[in-house]
Amino acid sequence: MKDLNIYMCGVGGQGIGLLAEAMLRACHKAGYDVKGVDTHGLAQRGGTVISHLRIGKKIHTPLIPSGKANIVIALERLEGARAASEMLIEGGKVIFYDAQYQTIGNRLGKFKYPTLDELEKSVKAKKGESVRVFEEELSDPRMQNIVIIKKMIELEWIPGLSVKIVSEALAELMHVKTLEKNLELIKQ
Amino acid sequence: MKKFYEQLTDKQPWQGLFMGNHAVARAMLEAGVKVITSYPGSPTPEIAEALNSVPQEMRDFHFEWATNEKVATEIAFGSSINGNMSVVFFKSVGLNVAADSLVQLGLLNLTGGLVVILGDDPGANSSQNEQDNRHFARMSYIPVMEPATPSEAYKMFLEAAKLSKKHQMPIILRLTTHVCHAKELITFGAIGESKVFKSEFDIKNGHYLPITKTVFPLKKKAMEKLDLIKKESERSPFNRVYAPFDCEEINGKKLGIISSSMPALSVMENIDNSGNAVDLLQINFSYPLPETMIADYLKEKDEVIIIEELDRIMEYEIKSLAFDRNIKCRILTRKTHDDIMGELTSERTWDILSGHWPEVFESGIKPVTQPFANPRIPQMCPGCGHRSAFHAIKQALPKGTITVGDIGCHSLGFFEPYNMGEMLLSMGHSNGTAAGLTIGNEKRKVLAFIGDSTFFHAGLPAIINAVLYDHDFTLVIMENGTTAMTGHQPHAGSGEIGEKISIDKLLESIGVKFIRRVDTYQQSKLTEYIKESLDHKGFSVVIASHPCMLKFMKQQRRKEGFVQKHVEIDQNKCKRHLTCIEDFGCPSFVKNENGSITVNEDLCIGDGSCRPTCPVSAIDFKKEAR
Ligand SMILES: Cc1ncc(C[n+]2csc(CCOP(=O)(O)OP(=O)(O)O)c2C)c(N)n1
Ligand code: SF4
Ligand code: SF4
Repeated sequence: MKDLNIYMCGVGGQGIGLLAEAMLRACHKAGYDVKGVDTHGLAQRGGTVISHLRIGKKIHTPLIPSGKANIVIALERLEGARAASEMLIEGGKVIFYDAQYQTIGNRLGKFKYPTLDELEKSVKAKKGESVRVFEEELSDPRMQNIVIIKKMIELEWIPGLSVKIVSEALAELMHVKTLEKNLELIKQ
Repeated sequence: MKKFYEQLTDKQPWQGLFMGNHAVARAMLEAGVKVITSYPGSPTPEIAEALNSVPQEMRDFHFEWATNEKVATEIAFGSSINGNMSVVFFKSVGLNVAADSLVQLGLLNLTGGLVVILGDDPGANSSQNEQDNRHFARMSYIPVMEPATPSEAYKMFLEAAKLSKKHQMPIILRLTTHVCHAKELITFGAIGESKVFKSEFDIKNGHYLPITKTVFPLKKKAMEKLDLIKKESERSPFNRVYAPFDCEEINGKKLGIISSSMPALSVMENIDNSGNAVDLLQINFSYPLPETMIADYLKEKDEVIIIEELDRIMEYEIKSLAFDRNIKCRILTRKTHDDIMGELTSERTWDILSGHWPEVFESGIKPVTQPFANPRIPQMCPGCGHRSAFHAIKQALPKGTITVGDIGCHSLGFFEPYNMGEMLLSMGHSNGTAAGLTIGNEKRKVLAFIGDSTFFHAGLPAIINAVLYDHDFTLVIMENGTTAMTGHQPHAGSGEIGEKISIDKLLESIGVKFIRRVDTYQQSKLTEYIKESLDHKGFSVVIASHPCMLKFMKQQRRKEGFVQKHVEIDQNKCKRHLTCIEDFGCPSFVKNENGSITVNEDLCIGDGSCRPTCPVSAIDFKKEAR
């Protein structure tokens, strides 16, 4: 397989750390060479939070060059749109959880929050495809990351990313109780 | 599955996916480090997170969060001259605080060994500057190793510990943000038999009191040690050539690149992508520079580009050695001020390389960016007590008041909609700066902020000064019971280490005459106290207190039967004053297309601190259906 650059993003506090760690471990279990790096520190206070995951044999740095992400996984719409224009490669794929968290600029009327159409457009401009994910009945917003992982398994954008492998990865990362709740969602 | 600490302390060799910071913590256990100290700061706090995961009864090391970086350094020094392998770690600017003691370390015989781990932050991801601490190493005669990856950080720590012990001198392991936080598969070695704590300090092991003339033999010794270390760097496997393609001439010239640590990885990606016969000399054991190795490399080449991150340090040293040895190779470097700033990612490195050799780097990692407007500036969390404080304090300030910020989550008060805390130097600067702003100033009030961890870290000396001279300003202590910004580490006033040290009593005992304490959620009372304190002639303090709500909510959510509360806005009452959005600014509020304001329940924690801010009392707790 060719090298894959997977760019994950969201808003500080959304649990992107868990998403990134689960994806890193799952890809490793699926037999890939992996390198990753997350944002820590200041941005975790409600700023744009990102995580890079690169899989393939010939990779040196964990940082994905701008405009070279084959897959964007966003936990929030505006961050999905931002990643689509700044990071997505031509022909790349975007999956986003349609949580909508306004920026201060949106609330003060300086910027418009992107519509679904606008996000679509920026993906199309790169000849890419996008998938919207939203779970109306989600009991806990901190499970949005699990919903998106579930969809990633279904989409098969990363060959070998299976329910079994993801479950094993998650089992390394959380207490039994939380794990059960999350696995229930994934296996639904 | 194995718990994290069980992996970390596994005596057997094993392989696993680990972050750079965690890998370094593992290396400490393998190296038999006995005493480790620090003060929190990005990008290094996860080293402590790993060490602190080990249950107390299983530890054969001592870890300590010190009051500040200088104290941390001194503790590590003390334990090292007692014969214990010791480590101190902190962020880039932490070195400025530690410096007064740290610059002495190179002069002294550190019998147990001492590794200084620096978390430098090119790109200023989480810092107030991107200072290049390689300068400090040169100033204080301390060798530097700069790993490029987590695996190398692990291996280099082991080597640093060994060399430090052998030569009884400090070694700096300089990590940068994305080495600290990178994750990859690492092969770890075994942990040997536990070593005992030693108390072998003996004045005969060295002279330990540099003063006037006694400085010179010590300084000479330090330089001689550096000469020995240079021999190590000349033969170190951390300094090596990367040559994926057979060396041949391009346009009649032999081309090479010299780089170090993470930027060297960017260079490798660019060489791979170019498919051209350029190679790279990677210098990760970077001070003292392996001069012979570099000279030999230069002699082989017609042109060499030097790619280093931040300041021109290697560049000047390499140019000088080429000059001294009369080497004819043409040395090319970064051209612009912009190239001296920020991280050298692979696309930025491409820019520099193709600028010099367009025919070699024609395709490859060209920078592709379409900037996206609408930045997401960090904000204080929903329910944060600092927000209530800013909102309440703003109501009390006369026009023209100068507000002095300090470092911590409350630095975010500088951004809209609060715009408070208008200048910043360093941790604890606010009291000194505020005092300066009052001198000869009869017209404008001055108000300074400081966090509670910072109060202990570097705040006290300037506070004592303000008391002595009775400087006429108000200090607001933004007390949240934790070192929040860096991930909720304990501090002297948090009560998690030993008995809580009372800020109130401290202030009383040094003679502060005006002290008020209030929970920031009591906004009108806080407003009143601030007015009073500004009217007070001379130094006054208001302690604006509320627990860090991010930490608090994490604890609450773990409790059995926890139910998340929310507020809602009564759409019949709401008159669109927009105070909640434009002045109070909790990120949970949503401004809809039709102009109405609602609450994003994903974000709202239901603390209700926004309620008193609404002029028509439209915000109230939601009657939860559950
Ligand atoms: C010399 C120095 N050491 C460490 C840091 C990292 N740092 C940034 S914010 C902060 C926390 C300050 O805590 P506190 O004063 O309690 O404010 P809070 O974040 O809790 O509001 C620290 C330690 C720094 N910037 N400078
Ligand atoms: S971490 Fe705590 S102190 Fe910092 S912004 Fe969030 S609630 Fe406030
Ligand atoms: S109750 Fe909700 S909306 Fe109000 S301040 Fe707290 S988090 Fe923000």
